[in-house]
Amino acid sequence: MSFTKTLLNGEQGLFKSETLTPMQKLTLRFVVVGLIYFGFVVIEGMLMRLYEVKPLPFITEPQFFAILTAHPLVGIFGSTYLIVFGAFLFLVPFLMKKPLWSIKLGNWTFILIAIGTFTFWFAGFVSHYAPLYTLYWPLPADFKQFSVWGGTFFITGIALVMVGSAFFVINIFKTITYTPEGWDKQPSKALLASALGITGFRNLFTKNKKEHIVPLPVAAVARGSVDVALNTAIILFTGVLILVYMIAAIMGFDLKSSAIDALLYKNWFWWGLDLIADGLVLIFVAGTWYLLATMISGKPLFMQNIARAALLVELIVSWTVWSHHLLSDQAQPAILKVLSGEMVTAFELITQGLAFFITLATLWSARPLKMTNPLKFLLAGLLGFALAVPAGIMQADVGLNRILHNTQWVVGPHVHVAILVGLNMTLYSVIYILFPIVTNGAKMYSQKLVNVHFWCHLIGGIGMGAFMGMAGLKGMLRRSLYINGEFNLYMIFAAICGTLLLIGFIAFFYNILMSVGIKGVIGIFTPSKLKTKDLVPAN
Amino acid sequence: MVDSKMVLTGQTLAYTLYCIVIILLVAWFSIKVTGKGNNLAVKPTLFYTFVGFLTVLGVSLHLITYNTIPWAEMDLHRQDYKPDKTFVITVKDHQFIMPSEILSINVNDKVLFDVKSEDLTYGFGLFRADNSMMFQMQVVPGHRNDILWNFDREGVYTIRSTEYSGPKGVFMIKKDAVHVLPAINKN
Repeated sequence: MSFTKTLLNGEQGLFKSETLTPMQKLTLRFVVVGLIYFGFVVIEGMLMRLYEVKPLPFITEPQFFAILTAHPLVGIFGSTYLIVFGAFLFLVPFLMKKPLWSIKLGNWTFILIAIGTFTFWFAGFVSHYAPLYTLYWPLPADFKQFSVWGGTFFITGIALVMVGSAFFVINIFKTITYTPEGWDKQPSKALLASALGITGFRNLFTKNKKEHIVPLPVAAVARGSVDVALNTAIILFTGVLILVYMIAAIMGFDLKSSAIDALLYKNWFWWGLDLIADGLVLIFVAGTWYLLATMISGKPLFMQNIARAALLVELIVSWTVWSHHLLSDQAQPAILKVLSGEMVTAFELITQGLAFFITLATLWSARPLKMTNPLKFLLAGLLGFALAVPAGIMQADVGLNRILHNTQWVVGPHVHVAILVGLNMTLYSVIYILFPIVTNGAKMYSQKLVNVHFWCHLIGGIGMGAFMGMAGLKGMLRRSLYINGEFNLYMIFAAICGTLLLIGFIAFFYNILMSVGIKGVIGIFTPSKLKTKDLVPAN
Repeated sequence: MVDSKMVLTGQTLAYTLYCIVIILLVAWFSIKVTGKGNNLAVKPTLFYTFVGFLTVLGVSLHLITYNTIPWAEMDLHRQDYKPDKTFVITVKDHQFIMPSEILSINVNDKVLFDVKSEDLTYGFGLFRADNSMMFQMQVVPGHRNDILWNFDREGVYTIRSTEYSGPKGVFMIKKDAVHVLPAINKN
């Protein structure tokens, strides 16, 4: 096939969007838009990497911090939430062997998150609203520095994402528990108990042990969704609070910012925000590793009951670890710093370590395995978390936090390695394993490009985190600027690694585009001609 | 006393070594899992040993740092110590308002920095001439933000806000504002 034909019709013309079910189209919409937003994140990240070396003439300082504000939010909500929610809205019905409760609600989740992300990104781009994702009170309501209108649209965008997230949670739990039309009545309470881990907990104290009626990966999705729900409630509540100040300012009233206790606010906001980083991400990732390991190996999961219990522990841990973000807040009670900030946080080393071991042991039981794309990316994802979690545990220490907090160490070896290498590589593994299922057998355009993507992303991700970390250990702060080039050596190397990430992403995006073709991509966004709730076409 | 620079050197060595080991382990696994061999199941004993190791590691890290990092204990129990000097600093409109242009300290002084914010959340950190960090804390409005530090060597330090407080916060720097001078014989 010629280049033009492949670009238009995809590799060997195998991808035919008209054969897709509504569920396949829904999933692909989530993934395509999630990847486009990831492109935003990579470009923004690269701009900031260059700016850290030498301020770029076309970007002002307020604009730099507006990018810094939007960058993680677009990454988390616009990219990760969309890809993860899209994958889970497909996988939960797939594993439960019944249709999604509501495709319509799934579409609303997609629309609200996609539009919400664009709204807050655009509001930040135009108005330079830049209180960062941490929104430390009273910065988001500081209208001497930031535009109140820009802020209003920004917070509204975040609120739309949260409503979309709430719809996702409803759809997941309804799908687990509902009875499809024409089916025998499903034991909804028992299904919910199994999904949340109540059955497993009861089994510990009774001789009459009940069987787990929900597959382990679905239990992981359900437990992670509990954190999504709680996180959504906290962020929505905070957003409404900020909006009250904004609307008052628009109407000419100046509400006293001191009416809100800044430390109490910081505690509740971090409690909610941490349900993403230390909650749903770790739980979703562990569940995804288990699913991938069993799909790749074709073997049952090693130590399945322990894995199930660890997911429940992780959920409870995620509600009690927020204080590690407040170790440098001197008014924070010492007992919270030690118990929540240090000790409970250390449990994440155990729960994530267990998930790491169980996944490897499951794969090991099926050796020799072929080094397929899903396996390759899964192993890289495991490595990412193996590097990033201990880095986080180190900074969650009263002594070390005194010299690490808000340095590039936090955001380099911990955050970026966890997200770019740990989370993204796991997501790529999911994309590669689901690709033939959701596209009805389309083929990857080029294996060489897959390899370019893999190595560029792996080396770029680890390298960037490492050089940021080295700068952090030398005292370089995050959320700041060094206009005299104090840390240029590290920032130049970090920028080179960032360039590798960009090359990797371009290789991946081009490969996907050539695999499905432009017509195929457009076809994903048109209504399906098949009137079915099935996941894949019947024949 | 062990300096914060020394603590960071130790951390760098430990974490670098760990990274090398874990990268090699995953590389080894990748080769072995695709190579020829028996599909032997992993023994549960190995699993439980690993769990035990992680538990010991997670808990011991904090016990070790508490007992070896000199400021950790003093920080958690700073109300039990009597500072040799106290500096009250106010932060407002992205400015540090200092009790004097230069804060003079003598070696072996335990100094309390009591920093108050009158508007936003800021940070307060001391940095060496090579930009490395000596220590930092958050400065939250409406709350007491104090840090007790034992200065055990001479030096000149810069104060810098370590928390983002809007684009103006980048310039919250008081260069060479803290001077640590030779010790005074207190006898």
